[in-house]
Amino acid sequence: MTEPILKLEGLKKYFESTSGGIFNKKKGIVKAVDGIDLEIMPGQTVGLVGESGCGKTTVGRTVLKLYEPTEGTITFNGQDITHLSAHEMKPIRAQMQMIFQDPYASLNPRHTVGTLIGATFEIQGITPEGGIKQEVERLMERVGLNPEHVNRYPHEFSGGQRQRIGVARAIALKPKLIVADEPVSALDVSIQAQVVNLLDDLQEEFDLSYLFVAHDLSVVQHISDRVVVMYLGKIMEDANKHDLFRAPRHPYTKALLSAVPVPDPKKSRAREKIILQGDLPSPMNPPAGCVFNTRCWKVQEQCRVEVPPLLQIGNVQMGNGHRLACHFPEPA
Amino acid sequence: MSQPFLEVKNLTVSFPTEDGLVRASNDISFTVARGETLAVVGESGSGKSVTSLAVMGLHDRRSAQISGQAILNLESGPIDTISASPDVVRKLRGKSMAMIFQDPMSALHPYYTIGDQISEAWRLYNDGDKKAGIKRATEMLDLVGIPGAAKRVLEYPHQFSGGMRQRVMIAMALVNNPSLLIADEPTTALDVTVQSQILELLKNMQKEFNMAVILITHDLGVVAEVADRVSVMYAGKIVEQAGIDDIYYQPDHPYTIGLLNSIPRVDQLEGRRLIAIPGQPPSLISLPAGCSFRSRCSFSSQVPNNLCATAVPDLDQKISGHFSRCHLTEDQLKKARVSTGAVL
Repeated sequence: MTEPILKLEGLKKYFESTSGGIFNKKKGIVKAVDGIDLEIMPGQTVGLVGESGCGKTTVGRTVLKLYEPTEGTITFNGQDITHLSAHEMKPIRAQMQMIFQDPYASLNPRHTVGTLIGATFEIQGITPEGGIKQEVERLMERVGLNPEHVNRYPHEFSGGQRQRIGVARAIALKPKLIVADEPVSALDVSIQAQVVNLLDDLQEEFDLSYLFVAHDLSVVQHISDRVVVMYLGKIMEDANKHDLFRAPRHPYTKALLSAVPVPDPKKSRAREKIILQGDLPSPMNPPAGCVFNTRCWKVQEQCRVEVPPLLQIGNVQMGNGHRLACHFPEPA
Repeated sequence: MSQPFLEVKNLTVSFPTEDGLVRASNDISFTVARGETLAVVGESGSGKSVTSLAVMGLHDRRSAQISGQAILNLESGPIDTISASPDVVRKLRGKSMAMIFQDPMSALHPYYTIGDQISEAWRLYNDGDKKAGIKRATEMLDLVGIPGAAKRVLEYPHQFSGGMRQRVMIAMALVNNPSLLIADEPTTALDVTVQSQILELLKNMQKEFNMAVILITHDLGVVAEVADRVSVMYAGKIVEQAGIDDIYYQPDHPYTIGLLNSIPRVDQLEGRRLIAIPGQPPSLISLPAGCSFRSRCSFSSQVPNNLCATAVPDLDQKISGHFSRCHLTEDQLKKARVSTGAVL
């Protein structure tokens, strides 16, 4: 059996919240990620979805060690990287890259595109075949940018083109894993499709694995092989996308999917929506029992006291398993 | 339907800049009746917000050049908000027409309580002291589904979540029972579960107040859910305008066909490759001659005599109630729909 490229076991990331006043009194602990087990196979795209504040971005950032994990282990390509220092992480970073949401904020405005993309080689001390300049131009061409624009600055590009620069930078060192955090949500609809297609093509070409963090379930459904649904720092459901979108078992997944607007007026009129009441509870003070119990339409007494474990309900072979954390799941 | 409540006629808004005149919205005409929802769809810079701000009289007349008409058919008679004096328009705002914005955080004042902000809008047009205003604000919060309204009316914006703030915005917009509500991307900043709450609320409020609603959005899923009619905008112009089903099942403009093809759909699981629209929208300062969409259109070669490059197509009525700004014939458009697999 193939080894997963990324394996998370019991991953936790807590943030201490302070009052922010001059005494910086501790107010509490935000359990942004609270015990996540997750595997990504080589060449696989795993979509991570949930509402804002569910911890999906924190998972992505902790995986790359941009945050120091509070507990648990991160195994990348067979190596435990949980407690590696920044220095020890450096060679590993060449194999795991990130694409950011905001193509305006993530590119230094004072550097040309050539410098921005070329920096990845300089930082790692790698000289690609044919030299950095030639490789940068090749990369630009590959992501659909005009290599003649190598001396231009970020502000001379549109949002979609900037996101292509971000993609070029991420694939420059031929990484094995890319964490993409909302990579297309800042783009216009017609441009979104261009970037989604580019990510699809690159995956095939370089046998990349993606951890695709996004709130837009239509995009996630399109690009992912497997989808993981998070709520208040915990995994609620994890299945291959066909199972998850056709027959969601967790009441939260079901409600989330029913809320996604479908661009088809007749279907939209015929659809039954589950409208969740209220908002996400504060992650500083999560509900006892199942974290979803305050908004769940199927809630029973047991849910308020007992935390439902994340159990395997499907066939585990080759990542086709189905995991679920619910006392009263929907019928299969 | 009798007379529409709002009639926009040949509305053009341009902004002079150092680089030239930006034609943000160009010869726009549409109507909305009471009880009807018109969705205005388009990408950033297509002119959808600029158009509605002009209707509301919210452009700075020193920097914006506005021509055309936006007529509100009030019970007391029609008023054109473009040519009327700022004082007259100010008295219409909030009372006859109201607007809600995308970002409920920046649209609420952080220093005043929710109750103060809602009652301020109400007391502008109604006799009543502060206490009566707070009472009215409490009723409104209750109406838009905020639990514990009597207590929450005394709280500040930062004490509300994003979805709750958008409910407050809706309460404030509706406090004087307006006949026209313009909602500019009201759910874009919200999570899907909260988005469906807010869309449901808007639908109910429309029924309750019998309002004409203009919904500005880029999300074709949201449009399918709430709109009766749709205007599709591109580079400052309306390129297609039709009833909701016509837009989705018989799109008559290559841009609309392209948009529908380019969005991933949660209801289509089989891995269909997205058909992206190549290139990007033109600059509004130097619009190309002819059709603005030509450089991204895959069908313009089918039009004889290079017409797409030389003549701006008119917004023609191809079928009853269905307008499209394209040189292609209905037959060619039908083939375009089939060849791209756009519709069912």
